[in-house]
Amino acid sequence: MENLRSAPPILTARDAGLIGCTHCGKVDRPGVVRCARCGARLRPRDVDGLQKVWAWLIAGMVIYIPANLYPMLSTVSLGKTTENTILGGVIELMHHGSYGVAGIVFFASIVIPIAKFIAIIYLGLSVTRKVRMPMHRRHTLFEIVEFIGRWSMIDVFVVAILSSLVRLDFAATITPGIAAVSFALSVAFTMMAALSFDERLIWDARNEDAE
Amino acid sequence: MTAPAFPHIPDLDGMMACPACDALLVDRTVSVGATASCPRCHTVIEAPRPLAMTRIIMLALAALILMIAAVFFPFLELGAAGMVRRSSLLDTVMAYATGLTAPLTLAMAALIVVLPVTRFLTLLYVLGPMAFGWHPARHAVHAFRVTEALRPWAMAEVFIVGVAVALVKVAGLAHVSLGPAFWAFVALVIVTVLKDNFMSRVTVWKTLEARRRS
Repeated sequence: MENLRSAPPILTARDAGLIGCTHCGKVDRPGVVRCARCGARLRPRDVDGLQKVWAWLIAGMVIYIPANLYPMLSTVSLGKTTENTILGGVIELMHHGSYGVAGIVFFASIVIPIAKFIAIIYLGLSVTRKVRMPMHRRHTLFEIVEFIGRWSMIDVFVVAILSSLVRLDFAATITPGIAAVSFALSVAFTMMAALSFDERLIWDARNEDAE
Repeated sequence: MTAPAFPHIPDLDGMMACPACDALLVDRTVSVGATASCPRCHTVIEAPRPLAMTRIIMLALAALILMIAAVFFPFLELGAAGMVRRSSLLDTVMAYATGLTAPLTLAMAALIVVLPVTRFLTLLYVLGPMAFGWHPARHAVHAFRVTEALRPWAMAEVFIVGVAVALVKVAGLAHVSLGPAFWAFVALVIVTVLKDNFMSRVTVWKTLEARRRS
């Protein structure tokens, strides 16, 4: 491991009166709008930037409600129609004895989305308020949220595969339900919330704590 | 901490800011095979790998070919009660096409096929000319920004796990067999993951800047 060293009390680009690019790391003088190396918009830190995070997050949380109330898929088997919500699907899988898959679906569609909501709320609040969790822990938490977001899409894909595959006329047919749309939107909105969170805000707080 | 005045900041090109935590660092050249990480937040900043550029290009090409195979060959086959149902990747994308869920069709097409393909193409466009030692192509900077922006939205590997879950769900109901496209897609996911491991974002940006026509 070769570390890029800097003097022990770490100085941020902002403290030095400069602005750093969050994409390629180039530092520029303040007032420059676009990074000279990668052309990305240089974002000065402002806590108002959090409003975007809140907006996406609230959108994601609101649309997560119908995703759970309406059917994710409906199965027509021998003339009998059964509609399954997300939770219903998990319970049915458990009745069939496939606990592993039930676990994956339960995790990807219920545990992860809700944990993500909570994590983003916590990280957002931690910018303006004092919290107990240390910076490194919060940084890791953010990385997990960022990494895991896309995996919630699994259930939407499962429904698509099932309904394209199981079209055996009278014997069994699976069609997707409206919840799939709101679930997909909820995942996308939460991903946007995480993407618009400026992770540098996590580290800024320390300088204020220090003295 | 009150920001002390730094009247003598060395020239800006010799410095860099950690993309994750904004720590101001001395921008050293990182040797191939080494890993440079931020001393404050430990985020890996640069990790150049030997022959990375050539390898990424080869892997992106392989991924493109595999994607073509995955789209056109049969993906899964389901047999029950004497009936056989073959489903291709396109059928899966079109699963939401009827009724209220129609807008999801576009999203599916984008997440599984279009965005991954766009990423492969832009990567080839950015790194291709540089691998031959030429100047980067004209809009290479824009193209690489697109590549990076699409990274979270290209969900091929999520889709594969989805297939696995779906297979277990129908396994009790009917007999399922995997088509060639399924294996092409699995290979595609492996290739994509390998490719992303070789790629060091900051290194590519620096190389693009250094080789720029000016």
